[in-house]
Formats: sequence, C-alpha cells, structure tokens
Amino acid sequence: MKMHRSEEIWLIIGVAILVISMAITGYQAFALDMGTPSGLETIDPQKVDETAPFDKPGVYKTGDNEYEVVMTLQIFSFTPMDIEIPAGAKVTFVMTSKDVVHGFQVAGTNLNAMVTPGHIQRATQNFDEAGEYLVLCNEYCGAGHQMMSTTITVK
Amino acid sequence: MEAVAKKTMKQKVNNVLGANPLDARFSIALFIVAFIAFFIGGVLGLLQGLNRAGILELPTWLNYYQVLSAHGVLLVLVFSTTFTIGYFYAALSHTLGGLLSKVRKLGWIGFGSMVVGVVFVATTIIMGDASVMYTFYPPMAASGWFYVGLVFLVIGIWLCAFGAFINVADWRKKHKGQHISLLAFFAVGVFVLLFFGSIGVTIEVLMIIPWAFGWTDTINVLLSRTLFWSFGHTLVNIWYLTAVSTWYIAIPKIIGGRQWSDTLTRLVVILLVVLNITGGFHHQIVDPGITEGIKFMHVFMSLSIGFPSLMTAFAMFAIFERSGRKKGAKGLLGWIKKLPWGDVRFLAPMIAMIAFIPAGAGGIAQTNNQLNTVVHNSMWVVGHFHLTLGVTVVLSFFGVAYWLIPHLTGRVLTPQMNKLGVIQTLVWTVGMALMSGAMHYVGLFGSPRRTSYTTYGDNATALGWDPYLLLLAVGGTLLMVGVVLMVYIAFNLMFFAPKGQTEFQIAEPEENAAPTPKWTERWTLWIVLMILVVSMAYVIPVVDMIVNAPPGSPPFRTW
Repeated sequence: MKMHRSEEIWLIIGVAILVISMAITGYQAFALDMGTPSGLETIDPQKVDETAPFDKPGVYKTGDNEYEVVMTLQIFSFTPMDIEIPAGAKVTFVMTSKDVVHGFQVAGTNLNAMVTPGHIQRATQNFDEAGEYLVLCNEYCGAGHQMMSTTITVK
Repeated sequence: MEAVAKKTMKQKVNNVLGANPLDARFSIALFIVAFIAFFIGGVLGLLQGLNRAGILELPTWLNYYQVLSAHGVLLVLVFSTTFTIGYFYAALSHTLGGLLSKVRKLGWIGFGSMVVGVVFVATTIIMGDASVMYTFYPPMAASGWFYVGLVFLVIGIWLCAFGAFINVADWRKKHKGQHISLLAFFAVGVFVLLFFGSIGVTIEVLMIIPWAFGWTDTINVLLSRTLFWSFGHTLVNIWYLTAVSTWYIAIPKIIGGRQWSDTLTRLVVILLVVLNITGGFHHQIVDPGITEGIKFMHVFMSLSIGFPSLMTAFAMFAIFERSGRKKGAKGLLGWIKKLPWGDVRFLAPMIAMIAFIPAGAGGIAQTNNQLNTVVHNSMWVVGHFHLTLGVTVVLSFFGVAYWLIPHLTGRVLTPQMNKLGVIQTLVWTVGMALMSGAMHYVGLFGSPRRTSYTTYGDNATALGWDPYLLLLAVGGTLLMVGVVLMVYIAFNLMFFAPKGQTEFQIAEPEENAAPTPKWTERWTLWIVLMILVVSMAYVIPVVDMIVNAPPGSPPFRTW
C-alpha cells in the first residue's frame, strides 16, 4: 500500500483543516462559552402547566439588563407571545414543549434550539440591535406548523 | 478441476452474452420500482416547490405535509434502496459468476417484503394517517400500520443483505486465497452498513408500534430520535458509498483509463464502513438532554468520515490525469480536454463528483457545532442534501443506469439516447444549482425547512425570503423536466432500445499494480472495529437517555 508523495501532502493538508475546524469549535464551546443549547433538566411533559417555572410563563428581569424568558411551546404557538426587551439585554430562554417536538429559531440571530417534550431547553442571546425579530418553529409539528410564530421587539 | 473450468467458461460466456437472464430479471424488477418511485416522488417535489414559492395553493384534500412525507419516503427510502440493491445484485451476479439460486430466491422474497412494506406506508400516507415525514419523530404518532410497513421494508432489506453475504461467502469458499472483486467488496461494505445501520431504527419502530396502537402509554422521545439518526445518516452514506463504487470502478473504464490502487480503494471502503454509523449524532447538535462533551466528541466522529472522501478526491483526479496523459495530453491541465465530455456515462457521474466538492465542504462546515446552530433545520439543510443526494448520488446512479440497464436487458444506448441523456444531465444540473443555491441562501436568512408557504402574518423578514423561494420553484420546475426525461430514458433502455450487447463497465488494474494484501479481506475485524466505534459513540449517551429519562410522552396526532 504505497501512497504517492503528493497524495500524502494532500491528505495532511485536508486533515489539518479538519483538526483546525474542530479545535476552533472546541475553543468556542468550552473557553468562550458559546456551546450549543444543551439543557439537561427534565420535566413531566404531561404536567408542564403545574410545574415551576412553567406554571407562570413570562419575561422576568434577573439582573442589570439581564432577562429570563420562561416559555412553553405547544401546537401551534409560543407562550408568552410578542416579547419586548430593551436593547443590549442578555436574554436566557428557558423552554419546554407541552406536546410534540418543536423548534425555536429567531431569524437574524444564531438562536436555534430543539425543544422536546420531557426536557427543559436553555439558550442565551445578547440582543444588541434594536428592531423586530421573527421567532418561528423550525421543526414540523403538525397541520398548523407554518403559523407557529411570534416576535421579539428590541427597543 | 472440471467445475473450475466450467465456471470460468461460464464467466466468459457471461461477458460475451451479457447478464444471466434470471439474475437480470431481479435487478430490472428493482429498477422498475426505483424509477416509478422516482417519478411519483419527483411530481410531489414539484408540487411542494410551487407551493413553497407561494405560486400554488394545494387543494384541501392534498395537504402539504402529506405530500412532503410521501416525497421523502419515495425518494429517500424507496428509490435509493431499490436502485442500490438492484445495482449490487447485478454486480455480484456479474463478478462472482452468477447468483446462487437460493440467493436469488432470498432476493425475491426480500423484494416482496419491501413491496408489502411500501404498500402499507404509502396507503397510510395517502389516507392522511401518516403525515409524519420520513423521520416520524415521536410523540407525533401515525397509524400503527405505517410502522408495520416500515418493519416489512427493513426485513426486505435484511433478506437482500443476507443473500449478498451468502453469495460472497460461497464464492470465497470455492476460491480460497483469492480476493473477491472490488465491486463485490463495495457490495459487502454497503450490505454490512444496511444491516447494522438499520438495527437502531428497528428497535425504535418496535418501541413505537405498541405505543401507536395504544397498547403502551408513553414513549421515550429523545431515545427515539437518537435511534432514528443512528440509521438516518448511515443510510445517506450508504448511497454515497454506492455512488463512490461507480467512480472507482466504472468511470476509469469509460474514460479509457485504469483502476486506481486496489488496496487504497478497499481501504476507503473499510474506513467508510467503520466510521459511518456514529455520524448520525450531528443531527442532534441543538437537542436538549445531551451534554456538550458528548456533542463535541461527535464533531470528531462526523469529521472523520471526511477522511476517506479526501482520499477519493485525490484518486479521481489522479485517474483523470493519468488517462489523459496516456492519450497525449500536454501541460498542467491538458488532460481535462481528453475526457469524454459528450459521453453521458461519464458526464453524469463527473458532475456528481464536482457537486460533491461544495456539498462536502458545506457538510463539514455545518457539522461543527456552533456553525450548525446557524443553519439547523433551516432551508440550508434542504439545499445541502439536494446537492449531496439530489446531484452527487442521483447523477451517479443515472450514470450507472445508462450502461447497466441495457447490459441487463441485452440492448444498447443509441447515440440519440446518449444525446438525450446529456440534455437530461444539463437540465438536472441547472435545476439543482438554482434550487439548491436558493435553498442554501434563504436558509442562512432563517427560512425554515418542512414548512408550507407562509409569510407569518406579512412579517417583513419572512417577506424578504420570497425572491429566493421563487428561484427555488424555477429550479424545481426544471427538475421536473429532468425527471420526465430520465424516466423516459430508463424505460426506453429497459424495453424499447435496439437489441445488442452492452458491457458491464469494470476498469482493469494498472499493469504494474501491486498485489492487494490479505488483511483487506478480514471483514470480521472491520465489523468488530465498527461495533467498537459505535459503542464508543452511543453507549454513554444512550444509557444516560434511558436511566435519566423524563416521564414519557403519549401519542399525538397534530395534522
């Protein structure tokens, strides 16, 4: 099994690119805290309404320009709807599903997470630019999936 | 001795007279199903494309998600699987001196089981009882019969896989010390993956059936998703491996060149088999319930699949350059002009390979966790797999169809049909470039996949996607022309093309080729390694998903 010299060089360059991309991904995830949404807490999906904090969904101020949005996803809506926050706010979304698998995506940002029944998902985003952001469900959830949306207004 | 002489005689006759008619009939039956599925799936694809662009409102009795479920099942499960099995059974028949009669029987039983499965699945979708997409994520629950159909489909695939194993084992017993043909080696790799890759999804379906029929109350949602994707991405790579087999074996022959290093090619197959199944995790990068550490390990698992593809990229360019220089090509790139661009048997798979350069690069980008959050479940992903599957795999399969179907039916590809094939290839390429390009772009802006046309109440962001969605529909319409042309060509080659002989395209090794080492044949070792890699990837998270599972979910019908 003899490889040509140029093939070795090609493979070394290729592998180097893969390794560098992996190193950057790891550095971002673990050193810069940019890891992907990976909420590990669980919840009884049939008792979401009775379980804190989802018994009181809403927008809560948790610090200096820091907010927590407690949100339930159900066919075919988000609760709460039409969220308003001040510009520059750091917002953590705490979410769960009351029925099937949903997606939580905010167009124009990197907010993108699966929200599955039985798990509590968390995702954090800094909203620096004012404007209206479209929130939509990006996992097929049924006949009204294309209507499942709301907005976040940053003032 | 006499038996051996007979066998080689039989092989010679096989080469001269074409395929064994009994074996050929089996492959042709699979190709008929494949191209019917391709046609219906294509029509449904056009309906979606037009709807998604806001041009076509579907009638109330034909729901967008029903159409999408059928499109996915027909193209992703039926077309690809039947074509792959038909191709590799023809390859085993040709290179191993005919199928054993018991293997042929097993193949037909498997085929029957697949047909029964497809009937169950198609009926439930048409009746509107299974608009759950081909990914059928619980707790969305289709009619229980949908999943029963899937079981029949999997059993059919397994029977065909076992048939292939029996045939190869029999040949090896009768040819001690010899290597199975390279094409048969690819076949073994593909059937090993088909079998082991579908174990996870089979367990999932067996969990779902009692739940969907109402005999059990709840289901573990995250475990189901994970088991599904252990299969879902393997399936994708099975077609890719099938396409790659034609690049290494048929293309050098068609361009008048020689085969690439036999050992390195077999190493590519082994690597793709060993590393493959764990790739599925990258579909769950933004799932809850999986730790960031596990997700990071899976960046490595997914990226490692890129390595054999890098080897393939080098091999292909080397084959092209060598054969071009042998024909007198000069300069750094003169060999490009020596390639038979007007021969559709070359043009189609060549475009398939070229498309894999951006497709593979896009795949590597989106498997890196943070980049994945930018595009997860957006139209970008749909654009990605219409490039990888819709171009790389499908055009490679078409490239095979142009010579394999006439080989099996004792007919020839006429110059007129070749020309029509070239037109088909170009229409397909332009259509996919427009559609896939538009999907990639609009996905980056946030347009979601698997969503019928919507402006989200005239939201300005969503309205901004419309021009791209229109481009998507233009591409989709061109693709429909491509579908009609290809189905016409396929059935012409099956039943109407002029009689004659067409050779099975297999390149010869180089004259000074080094002998292939024995270790490549140690399939038990490769399977053990594969199971080790799969265990490394899955044991910890799956145990965690079972032990720390939240209360399960009841079934929902939300359509």
